[in-house]
Amino acid sequence: MPQFAIIAVSILFDGLAYAMFLFITSVGLSVTMGLMGFVNLAHGAFAMAGGYIVVSLTRSYGIDFVPSLLIAGVTVGLISIRFERRLYRQLYKATDLEQVLLTIGLAFMAIAMFTYFYGPIPKSVPLPDWLEGDVNLGFRSFPTYRAFLIAIGAVLISVLWYGFEKTNIGAKIRAAVDNRRMAESVGINVDLLFTLTFALGSALAAVGGGLAIQLFGLTPSFAVLYLVLFLIVVAVGGLGSLKGTLLAALVIGIIDTGGKYAFPVAGNLFIYAITAVVLLIKPTGFFGRE
Amino acid sequence: MAEARARAADYLVRRHYFRLSEALPWLLMIAAFFLFPNRMTFGSQVLIMVLFALSLDLILGYAGIVTLGHAAFFGVGAYTVALASMLLDWSEPISGIIAGGLLAGLVGAAVGWFILRYRGLTLLMLTIAFAAMLQESGNLRSDITGGYDGLPGLMFDPVLGTFQYDLYGHTNYWYVFGVLAVIFYFVRRIIYSPFGQALTGIRENVRRMHAIGSPVHRRLVAVYAISAAIAGVAGGLFTQTNAYVTLTVFDFDNSAKVLVMLILGGTGRLYGPFLGAAVYMVLEDYFSKLSPTFWQLGIGLLLVLTVLFARRGLLGLAEDARGLFKRGDSAPSAPRRMVWKPEHWNSLGMSALDGAVIGFIAGFAINMKQVEFMTTFVTSAPARALIFTLGGAAVAAGINAVYLLVTSRTSVEEQTS
Repeated sequence: MPQFAIIAVSILFDGLAYAMFLFITSVGLSVTMGLMGFVNLAHGAFAMAGGYIVVSLTRSYGIDFVPSLLIAGVTVGLISIRFERRLYRQLYKATDLEQVLLTIGLAFMAIAMFTYFYGPIPKSVPLPDWLEGDVNLGFRSFPTYRAFLIAIGAVLISVLWYGFEKTNIGAKIRAAVDNRRMAESVGINVDLLFTLTFALGSALAAVGGGLAIQLFGLTPSFAVLYLVLFLIVVAVGGLGSLKGTLLAALVIGIIDTGGKYAFPVAGNLFIYAITAVVLLIKPTGFFGRE
Repeated sequence: MAEARARAADYLVRRHYFRLSEALPWLLMIAAFFLFPNRMTFGSQVLIMVLFALSLDLILGYAGIVTLGHAAFFGVGAYTVALASMLLDWSEPISGIIAGGLLAGLVGAAVGWFILRYRGLTLLMLTIAFAAMLQESGNLRSDITGGYDGLPGLMFDPVLGTFQYDLYGHTNYWYVFGVLAVIFYFVRRIIYSPFGQALTGIRENVRRMHAIGSPVHRRLVAVYAISAAIAGVAGGLFTQTNAYVTLTVFDFDNSAKVLVMLILGGTGRLYGPFLGAAVYMVLEDYFSKLSPTFWQLGIGLLLVLTVLFARRGLLGLAEDARGLFKRGDSAPSAPRRMVWKPEHWNSLGMSALDGAVIGFIAGFAINMKQVEFMTTFVTSAPARALIFTLGGAAVAAGINAVYLLVTSRTSVEEQTS
């Protein structure tokens, strides 16, 4: 196989793994923003909390990586319900600015608390044997962990797609995103629906945070470091759109990986440039509603 | 009716007059010089942030443009001054900040023309993306900009050709003070001009402004450019007073910080930036020396509390407090007393639940950190967990009860009607 094709496949593979992480973490943010128009900048903090729960469970309690991910998702999902009921609910009618300030305040507090308890040094997580090493695809070998990430992403995408498009509750969510007042007037309990999707989104973010440890290492600043990236995926994809979020995650994941490979000095310039171009041409994102 | 109209006309005529109370912040700034002559390096940084927050107030508080990328213009001004001094040997300070302001204003006009057609999240993301792009491009040419290591050791001529820089920052303080005063006068004129009124109209109801034929986009771009220019001047002053600059001026943190200052003081009011920036900077100076982690927790808490309880900022709080004591103007308020409603029990129960969750987590954390006091005080771990959970519940319910008693007082007429 020619050198060029091998490089292209590598970029595609790494980009795909990166895109899966972006998708898993951002999808909840997209749906909650689409549903309530709530700008939740503490989303990254939920992801970080999930990551640290995974670290604690695997390191201090000796639980395996995969079950730890599940426990972290469930715990963060449940705790996020209290946040939604207690704090966020008061601000649905408030301006974007107030929502931004409240949630960034929460994110700062989370960073400070996790720094206090876990320290600022990056944490890693022990992986089970079957996730270590490489898989050989004949012409080139790839890290097993990234293949695993892609597989999990694919499974989650199918499950979410099924839930969103084929089930009753998915239909209700789509109805509420399209027209909240109409949905309420035909008897859909949008408040309850929102709490559920919020919890699910936070749980997915926590799983994403756990999955990210192996890719980037985990520090408390994770909560805001990747937040801009999640917001970009949401804004570029279009609020409340599953396929938009997926497309945006893929575009940004692959182009960023390729860009960093070709021009390492440019850093995140490509991501921001794509964001600006997409939003200037299509302000509501790929699949957003006007 | 006629009387009301006369009063309204009188208000419109008089509202832009200087009030005596407006002298207070300026007198305080002068007093600060004589009270803390050794802290004037810090003092000039505070005044620079006041200027930066003032520029944000113009677009956020008056025109309602939410941005998280205002550091972009601060950075453009800062780098204009730095590069002019380094590459062109242009070290005259006042013409330097004018150049920085003009360039930042031009950039602001160009960017604003593109992005100000959008609102909400799209606009927010575009402002972030623009500031980040500038930062990344600066890093691409780190041979010129110095990258994140910065450009140290910049030299500037004496202010007005006579006042040399001194070790204590006294010249800097008066220099920044003078620039702030001039720009403040300018901003005040804008706010009370018809143009300023149109901006407030856009903030309050943009559709209506379109409907009455106001050129909304043009006005937004204009105020965005003015605001960018002021931010650029603040950035230029930052470079001159510090004699160095790094790419961190473009940081998201810098944009967020100035926003927090403005919110803390109160948006949409001329003196909000003064109070907010001063309080923020002093708190930061004090607490971040104690522990940066603690300061981050504090600022998070400050934000949450501001949004929940003081949405109009500290100045808004002060107004509310004054309103409580002021009876004369308005109709005499009806007697108020607390009425206990069934939903208050519900609220108490919920806060107890929250307190229990927080207490449990706190107990878990204290276990993890092995805080000596608690581990010697109560030796068994389950008992500690129980104490923390119940204690958290009790404290939260208690705070909520006090809050309910204070806030849910309704007037007697309201109950009967």
